[in-house]
Amino acid sequence: MSGSDDKGDRTLVAKLVLLTVGMFAFGYALVPLYDVFCEVTGIGDRTGVGSAATALPTAIDMDREIEVEFVASVNEGAPWEFRPSVSRMTVHPGKMYKTTFYARNTTDKGLVGQAVPSIAPGLATPYLQKTECFCFTEQRFDAGEGRDMPVVFFIDPELPDYLDTVTLSYTFFAQNRVATR
Amino acid sequence: MSNNRIRKLVAALAAALPALVFAPLAKADWAVNMPKGVTAISQEVYGLHMLIFIVCCIIAVVVFGAMIYSLLRHRKSLGAEPAKFSHSTKAEIVWTIIPILILVGMAVPAADTLIRMEDTRGSDMSIKVTAYQWKWRYDYIDEGFGFFSSLAPEHNRARQLDSGIDPATIPNYLLEVDHPLVVPVGAKVRLLLTASDVIHAWWVPDFGGKKDAIPGFVNEFWFKPETPGIYRGQCAELCGRDHGFMPVVVHVLPEDEYQAWLGDQTAGLTFQDAAMTEETVAMVPATATTAVEEVTVEWNMDYAMATGEKLYNANCGACHQINGAGMPPTFPAIAGSPVATGDVAAHVDVAVNGRPGTAMAAFGPQLSDEDLAAIVTYQRNAFGNDTGDLVTPDQIAAAR
Amino acid sequence: MSTAAATHEHHDHHPTGIMRWLTTTNHKDIGTLYLVFSLTMFLVGGSMALVIRAELFQPGLQLVDPGFFNQMTTMHALIMVFGAIMPAFVGLANWMVPLMIGAPDMALPRLNNWSFWILPMAFSLLGMTLLFPSGAPAAGWTMYPPLVLQTGDAFPFLIFAVHLMGISSVLGAINIIVTIMNMRAPGMGLLKMPLFVWTWLITAYLLILVMPVLAGAVTMLLTDKYFGTSFFQAAGGGDPVMFQHIFWFFGHPEVYIMILPAFGVVSQVIPTFARKPLFGYDSMVYATASIAFLSFIVWAHHMFTVGMPLAGQLFFMFSTMLIAVPTGVKVFNWVATMWKGSMTFETPMLFALAFVFLFTIGGFSGLMLAIAPADLQYHDTYFVVAHFHYVLVPGAAFGIMAAVYYWLPKWTGHMYNEKLGKLHFWLSAISVNVTFFPQHFVGLAGMPRRIPDYSTQFADFNMISSVGAFVFGFSQLLFVYVIWSCARGGQKATDQVWEGAEGLEWTVPSPAPHHTFDTPPVIR
Repeated sequence: MSGSDDKGDRTLVAKLVLLTVGMFAFGYALVPLYDVFCEVTGIGDRTGVGSAATALPTAIDMDREIEVEFVASVNEGAPWEFRPSVSRMTVHPGKMYKTTFYARNTTDKGLVGQAVPSIAPGLATPYLQKTECFCFTEQRFDAGEGRDMPVVFFIDPELPDYLDTVTLSYTFFAQNRVATR
Repeated sequence: MSNNRIRKLVAALAAALPALVFAPLAKADWAVNMPKGVTAISQEVYGLHMLIFIVCCIIAVVVFGAMIYSLLRHRKSLGAEPAKFSHSTKAEIVWTIIPILILVGMAVPAADTLIRMEDTRGSDMSIKVTAYQWKWRYDYIDEGFGFFSSLAPEHNRARQLDSGIDPATIPNYLLEVDHPLVVPVGAKVRLLLTASDVIHAWWVPDFGGKKDAIPGFVNEFWFKPETPGIYRGQCAELCGRDHGFMPVVVHVLPEDEYQAWLGDQTAGLTFQDAAMTEETVAMVPATATTAVEEVTVEWNMDYAMATGEKLYNANCGACHQINGAGMPPTFPAIAGSPVATGDVAAHVDVAVNGRPGTAMAAFGPQLSDEDLAAIVTYQRNAFGNDTGDLVTPDQIAAAR
Repeated sequence: MSTAAATHEHHDHHPTGIMRWLTTTNHKDIGTLYLVFSLTMFLVGGSMALVIRAELFQPGLQLVDPGFFNQMTTMHALIMVFGAIMPAFVGLANWMVPLMIGAPDMALPRLNNWSFWILPMAFSLLGMTLLFPSGAPAAGWTMYPPLVLQTGDAFPFLIFAVHLMGISSVLGAINIIVTIMNMRAPGMGLLKMPLFVWTWLITAYLLILVMPVLAGAVTMLLTDKYFGTSFFQAAGGGDPVMFQHIFWFFGHPEVYIMILPAFGVVSQVIPTFARKPLFGYDSMVYATASIAFLSFIVWAHHMFTVGMPLAGQLFFMFSTMLIAVPTGVKVFNWVATMWKGSMTFETPMLFALAFVFLFTIGGFSGLMLAIAPADLQYHDTYFVVAHFHYVLVPGAAFGIMAAVYYWLPKWTGHMYNEKLGKLHFWLSAISVNVTFFPQHFVGLAGMPRRIPDYSTQFADFNMISSVGAFVFGFSQLLFVYVIWSCARGGQKATDQVWEGAEGLEWTVPSPAPHHTFDTPPVIR
């Protein structure tokens, strides 16, 4: 008394189940797609934010000045002292600059931390390139140890005209919050 | 005569009626609309809001008008005979095209405002805003100082369950903080928003919008207040238990007053002292005079207990409760707890470094030695814990 | 209930008592189970809403702790969305889709039984967390990380409950699609199907497309919390905002899952009581399909404050505004259906008319929310609360009530008490406005949502809103009574029930016998 056409039912059910499984997989596919989406909608390509620049600038634009601000945060009250050594720099696009961030482990135990970069506005993310950064690797600190950690960066001369300030922010995460995707 | 009196009475009533109806509406208590705000952007947003509202009202009058007319006239009880038509291509095209035109008319000014909102160029100052469960921290990144901003203590007492305090007796109930954000009038202030734990949102309606503060990421929001005054708002993104209790208060000062305030904050400090500054400014009230008094006070039990109570209620009360009973099992009681009545050094260690893997945060980076000493002293002597221990700032410093 | 009881003697191989309901594969029985379950959840979720409104009756905390308050807002939303609205529509589909297309039953009857019985399990899992020392989930039904990762022991229960609800919905949706596609009576072409069937076909596809995405998102939350992945944790290269994107990719179509079947109901009810065919049938179908399509490209309008760049904000603003066009077409078509009709105002019609009025108000506030710059003010305030309650309570819930009153005589064989039905309508329609209209004002004036206590300037409107909520809540007991007494007895219903009713469901006897259309009906 069920389906008028059992074979037709089975085919359709199979297709719909396949669609369901496909959509579940699509949910996971959204993770890499998100990066693509970020690029397309202009949220900025966040994929490159934690890795080194692949191409170096060829020309320096001495006519243009960009303010680069540095801010530092510590996640969830982790026992770190963390701050930029200077709060801002005025830079020319295409030129290399070096600055440092100071971090200190305030406990009497050795700790490992990871700094995660973020750039505001998000649109500027692909244009602030780092050739050397303490954020590329985990940082190990002995009890009470403090040190300056370098960042070498440049602003891509292609930075859109409507931006005059870029903020480079780092958040320090204690190691127990660090995991790999 | 009596006729005359009735007429007078009616006239008086007629005169009083609008007053009776509108008096409550006129009170500030009956705010019914979005504030116009004090920035060019907030006024534009208000304009957009009113425009789309009026457009909706006009459409509503037309659609509901037709519907109500039909409901009144095309009733079976009035002998209406049903018509037979079931479609009209012409009508359907008309009521597809007209909405599209209205929408285009709306989209243009909205996009225009949006473009202006996103233009962060030419900012005069940057302030880093860090959201915590459940308070704000403001860092003036160029001046090199910063401070926490939490719900004001008397508000915090009044908002406890069954506090017995009538909120009506507290001006600006829940919209007052201990240390407000202070900015100069007419400056384009750029906020760099981030969070320490979960997502929060920074919102002052008078500045025309809100922006999320997301842990690990930095977001931008700017405003340019045109009128000095005190502006209030709240965290707008659900951030846990005390989401409703982390207000935002901004004092917009004339330039000279702002410079004076800034001078008080930065007196004798250079940027290299920033780390030290973060800790000390957290406990310094907004006016320098009281700050001097507090610094000169000798460290003793009475002072530690008095300060400790205030700081405990503001920093610990949310979880461990004002009465120290906690909310087991997540938030243990302080009253009679083995930590608060046991070894002093172990107690100090928990307060300074937190308990990793639990909700207990490390307060070392957030509070000064004096503040933490006062809090630990208070915890060891309040709620019947009577240990008699006076914890000193040096003991805190040693545990860092 | 008595319907099925009266007819099941013909089929003595059926078990009786509780076993009958546990093992039933009959679409009418399962429809009844869904509807009764949904009504129960509606009352449970409603009680939670009353806890919320009682605490918000005046400023200051009088009744509950802020943590418990957050549990109430979270559970209220989860129960109403997944426990009340969605199962009610599935119940209506189970009962009515086979009757409306001339099919003897659903295509997959045993699966049908299973998709229902998963639901009580899901809600037991979710509900028992209220008894945990660390409490029920309190991070909002939107489950944003990192906040949701702070949930205590309730966390895995929340995730698995959501998984079960998703499985139940998807199985139900598969069943409905197969039934509609393969079991229509000869001559019932797709463009001859009643609009309720059409809206359900589209809804079922939406369910299959988005529920698995939600399942994926919550699975990622689970592995982030317990298995060291960091999809949503910045520390490991993840992004908490990505969860919001995935969630709303599900969440926005979900909004239409909760409203499209109500569109279908209203499109059945209005022509019946206007005694005039539905205006613009074809454009109604196309409008429904366009709304469903657009729902996939507007999701980020829930996230204008997360810091999207200009291009993203503009795209989502424009696409969202576009939804107003097909939605407008539907409203205009309903009005045109009433125009020059011969209307009477029985309870189902009253609910359908209130639906058109009040859903339209919710549509207007939705259009306002689409304007991105203004949304930065509206976002996460009571204005939003007012907006989505206008589309969900006098929208979805009134649609369900219209459907229940409309088909109750067909289900039970008795007319319900019209006087009490009208009383229920007027109490509900007035109190729903008293409850939610003032929330527009407090929202615009600056009251954020999801807060247990508020500044004194919001006090008056909150008090009005709470009074309205209690009247609305207790009025629903009348609804329960009307249904109960109608199931027990009453004036005998005719086969056609309503003078203007047309369609296959009105050609079978009232109450509809246990088995209908064993031989396919002949369509004109």
